[in-house]
Amino acid sequence: MTSVVRLGAASLPVAAHRPLWFATRASGSITLLLLTAAVALGVLVSGRYAPKRFTRFEISALHRNVSVLSLAFLAVHIVTTVVDPLVPVGWVPALVPFISAYRAPWLGLATLASDLMLAVAITSAVRLRMGRRPWKAVHWLAYAAWPVALFHAAAGTDTHLDLQRGLYAACVAAVLAAVWWRLYRAGPGMLAGRLSAGVVAALVPAALGAFLASGPQGVFL
Amino acid sequence: MSDAQTASGVHTLLIDRIACDGHGACAELLPELIGLDEWGYPIVRSTDVPGELLDHARRAVAECPVLALRVEQKHR
Amino acid sequence: MTETQSSSPPSAACVLDGPTGPYGSRLLYGWLRTGSPADLDEHLDRYGPPPLPRTARRPTAGPLVRAVEEAGLTGRGGAAFPTGRKLRTVAETPGPAVVIANGMESEPVSRKDKILLSLAPHLVLDGASLAAAAVGAEAVHLCLPRTRAGLVRHLAGAVDERRLRGIDRVPIHVHGLPHRYVSSEATSLVRWVNGGDARPASTPPRPFEQGVGGLPTLVDNVETLAHLALIARYGADWFRTAGRPGAPGTTLVTLAGAVRAPGVYETPMGTPIGELVDRAEGPSEEIGALLLGGFFGSWVPAETAMGLSFAKNDLAAVGAGPGAGVIAALPRRACGLAETARVLAYLAAHSARQCGPCTMGLPTVAEDFAAVARGDADTRLLDRLAGRIGLLSGRGACRHPDGASRLAATALRVFADDLRQHIRRGPCAAASRKPVLSVPDPAAADAQGWR
Repeated sequence: MTSVVRLGAASLPVAAHRPLWFATRASGSITLLLLTAAVALGVLVSGRYAPKRFTRFEISALHRNVSVLSLAFLAVHIVTTVVDPLVPVGWVPALVPFISAYRAPWLGLATLASDLMLAVAITSAVRLRMGRRPWKAVHWLAYAAWPVALFHAAAGTDTHLDLQRGLYAACVAAVLAAVWWRLYRAGPGMLAGRLSAGVVAALVPAALGAFLASGPQGVFL
Repeated sequence: MSDAQTASGVHTLLIDRIACDGHGACAELLPELIGLDEWGYPIVRSTDVPGELLDHARRAVAECPVLALRVEQKHR
Repeated sequence: MTETQSSSPPSAACVLDGPTGPYGSRLLYGWLRTGSPADLDEHLDRYGPPPLPRTARRPTAGPLVRAVEEAGLTGRGGAAFPTGRKLRTVAETPGPAVVIANGMESEPVSRKDKILLSLAPHLVLDGASLAAAAVGAEAVHLCLPRTRAGLVRHLAGAVDERRLRGIDRVPIHVHGLPHRYVSSEATSLVRWVNGGDARPASTPPRPFEQGVGGLPTLVDNVETLAHLALIARYGADWFRTAGRPGAPGTTLVTLAGAVRAPGVYETPMGTPIGELVDRAEGPSEEIGALLLGGFFGSWVPAETAMGLSFAKNDLAAVGAGPGAGVIAALPRRACGLAETARVLAYLAAHSARQCGPCTMGLPTVAEDFAAVARGDADTRLLDRLAGRIGLLSGRGACRHPDGASRLAATALRVFADDLRQHIRRGPCAAASRKPVLSVPDPAAADAQGWR
């Protein structure tokens, strides 16, 4: 593992001057930020968040627009990755998880997260025709996509930067706060279920902390 | 869209009362037809959607977070 | 075609003489004659086997559907919907169907379904079997309350006996369901038989469109099916010899409260309520008001109610209905507000808590009403209560909030004098007396679960 890190650090000055590689990293970070906002806003909508200064449909419209925007940046992230000649990732491994030889399993995580996001987006686009239950079932995948995307990012090039770590911390804090607020609002009743969901949510920052302390960050050069 | 607004049919608002969680987006987007009770659950003033409100009604349908609102066309 | 024509039941033209007992009784004829429940032998001696058609149904309405339409039979479960129309809708839908016989009787004052199922089970089962043949059903589900375990065993035994004799052409399944107020809703039964909770479902699709296993499903009250079994045998004209042109046949009525002989009576439709009270040996004390229909029914002042005919149209004129055939007499000395408050607390506890009006509205209406009964209400609370009562109607997936709304609204109107008294001088002495209506403990509802 240490050799990988050294390799990454060594190639950094060269990589930083390549525009495509820069675009990949920037769009990845922005996608994570927007995905986090989309998840947090979605949690607020499902908890019937009703601040005085906004109407509820504005919050749900924001949720949808931010989600669409995150997909746009995801597209940029994928395209720049694939067309970058120095990154040996083709179109198929970019869409089918865990078949790429390059930087597995971290790229597999990325593909998995983007496929989940895509499933959520497509079903949402046709949700009026799908019916509530199937749509909702797929929509729950967003809760899976977000931590997967987070760990993919944490394995990324820029994780050693304080600013980047600050971004991850802010993302985790936002989603965790939203989820805990939602679980609190769902009460009273189902206390055991709500408490265990709250604990599971808290496992994400715990696992991320452990990952950053010991894990193989910087595997993407 | 425009052909649906002709006089060929009446548009009716339908609410799935079990699915409805009282999010209230429908009342914000279609206050002409939908109000809210003190707990935020919809009060439908009229289930008939006049042509000039049809686009607003469709918007409200699309905006319902739990898909509890529908507009159906009843042919005469 | 000739095969279909040769199948019974008789057309309206050939009227057989159906058995009629004292007071024009039909369903309770056997009981009134012998004083004991009819077993299968006695039932077959009296009526013969059910006149099932000899051929399989085609997707058209057969002779029984037409006979029921001509008879003008209406549902005896509470909604009083024309049974023939329901039969025809399911019969004309191509493909197999399902029949649910509703013996849930969730209305706490009513005893009629329990009495009928105990005394004449085979009349109900005949009706279910005949209805199944008429609509092309592959199975019958008889839904009974789990709390009446003896009744469930009794009916399961009766079904077994019929199977041994080869009477029914489709299997009849006897089920015990959670006995909660809303679990007798048609959609609740469908949901339960499909493996879910006995809680109402959103419509559309209605059970007759998409019910058990996605098949069109006919849901009929057990008393309705027993009448259908007699119409199949004796024809529409015979059925119409009882009752009135607009309200034909007989009906089972549960008389409760301040009458000398409370119980279940069979009476021609449209009998004046005063006469029915006399059948129950008259009032046990002076009556102030009557609760008509059941807990989801209406309060009517005694002066008005006694002269009314017990039929849908007559009762509709005073904002009431026959409902589940319940007539409960409230003594003048009793406090109608306190009685209503207890019933509303029961209805609130028995809601499925699925829709806004039942989750939020109904409990607050019950609380407000309890404050009125205690004498803790002022005019501001009354205004709020009136608004909340009005907002219960028509805003649930089922009619549960509508029924509670009707009960509360008629109570405020009929007991208006008491209301003024309660607001000005606190609760009346009667409010603390022993209640008249027997309301089951609301807390017992949740113990049963929904499955």
